[in-house]
Amino acid sequence: MKFVKDIKADDTLDLVCRMCPLHLLEPGEKLACMKEGQVLEVLTDYDGALEDIPSWCEKCGQEFIGIEEDEDCYKLYIRKKKGNGDGKESISG
Amino acid sequence: MEKKVYLDNAAATPVRKEVIEEMMPFFDAEFGNPSTVYDMGSRIKAVVDVQRAKVAELIGARPEEIIFTSGGTEANNLAIKGIAFAHRKKGNHIIVAATEHHSVLNSARFFERLDYEVTFLKVDEYGLVDPQRIRELIRPETILVSIAYASNEIGTIQPISEIAEVCKNKGVFFHTDGVATVGNIPVDVKQLGVDLLSLSGIPLEAPKGTGALYFRKGLRLMPLLHGGIQESGRRGGTENVPGIVGLGKAAELTLQELPQKMRHVKVLRDKLVSGVIESIESVKLTGHPETRLPGHASFCVQAIEGEALVFMLSSEGIYVNTGSACASKALKTSPVLLAIGIPPELAQGSIVFTLDVTNTEEDIDYVLEKLPFVVGRLRSMSPLWGKKETAQASS
Repeated sequence: MKFVKDIKADDTLDLVCRMCPLHLLEPGEKLACMKEGQVLEVLTDYDGALEDIPSWCEKCGQEFIGIEEDEDCYKLYIRKKKGNGDGKESISG
Repeated sequence: MEKKVYLDNAAATPVRKEVIEEMMPFFDAEFGNPSTVYDMGSRIKAVVDVQRAKVAELIGARPEEIIFTSGGTEANNLAIKGIAFAHRKKGNHIIVAATEHHSVLNSARFFERLDYEVTFLKVDEYGLVDPQRIRELIRPETILVSIAYASNEIGTIQPISEIAEVCKNKGVFFHTDGVATVGNIPVDVKQLGVDLLSLSGIPLEAPKGTGALYFRKGLRLMPLLHGGIQESGRRGGTENVPGIVGLGKAAELTLQELPQKMRHVKVLRDKLVSGVIESIESVKLTGHPETRLPGHASFCVQAIEGEALVFMLSSEGIYVNTGSACASKALKTSPVLLAIGIPPELAQGSIVFTLDVTNTEEDIDYVLEKLPFVVGRLRSMSPLWGKKETAQASS
């Protein structure tokens, strides 16, 4: 697990209080509207996301930057690398 | 054919023909599950999203700010429990008016068992809350204020914008139960400045078991129903597609027809109020005389039981209520009427008329013909009425 601090994000997706599989669907939808190189911050309190999101990034060809632990939630950072980022690859996963 | 005058539209409404027609294909031909990836499902998901946009437009919201529910009660539960659970770290104090619907009051009471504190706010003689009093009651641990936009029982419309402003300035979430208002007066959540608003399909003449919660974009809300991806993970369970289609169609029609409905029912309501006051002695209009829902008239009639009055009127083909449809069966003195200072013995004689666009002037004439007669009959049997007359005679 790669821990990071003070990452500047271009957009934020708040998934706190929402559970599986939203953390594998909504990042893709959000990334689809972002430009290559931009950073998405995903806020979640779902523990499963700590494993799922890095592996989802690998499958979808996005760059997983790392995790920051906050008081209320985890912050996961993804850099858009390619494609429309719609995460469709994750549906069967 | 026997005369039938239905004036209990807050409790239930007939579903409009256009709404039923719109719903029909979604019971059989278009039965797909919106969460499936093939065309039979994705087509239905698109239909659900169109309805979401229609409901959003009716209240000035964005489509993604609408969660479909099974009605007003679920929407109120989701608002209160969703905020209270999601923001527990911020605080544990909730403020609700003492006159709220049971779905709000009992949701708040539920949190009293979970180490939260609830303030039940007093109201004035018309049922109005004082926004300044809310300002005084908010403390650092307050997370939520919930005040109904209007009361189904006494019709009073609250100063929602002012309350929203107080809450916003204090950094407290504000929910309003809009079940009695959406479909009866224009509602714009952005202009009001509310964070959450509940609505029901019933006043829109959509099917029972339909409703929605507006929640301001970005708000964290704990789901009541954990499940799949439906409603963006905020309300699990396969969607009630026919009901949602019905709600969407009803919202579209309401948006077009509301000004006309308001004018129509207000004229009839005013005739009913003045007719009742003129023709029956010792009757009190409850709620605010002006700042009230246009199709709403509520009274307390001295020395009779509201349930007996409702029952006898129904035998004349007139259908009304004693207050909230849920509460009237409990034969308990209405907490709303007690909260506005009506003495318990007078509160027993509560009667509520809620009008709709289908009501006519002839309906009101019929009520004004029958009501004094029925009240007279009940009073002739009432020991309380005898006491009143004796007291008047000896004074």
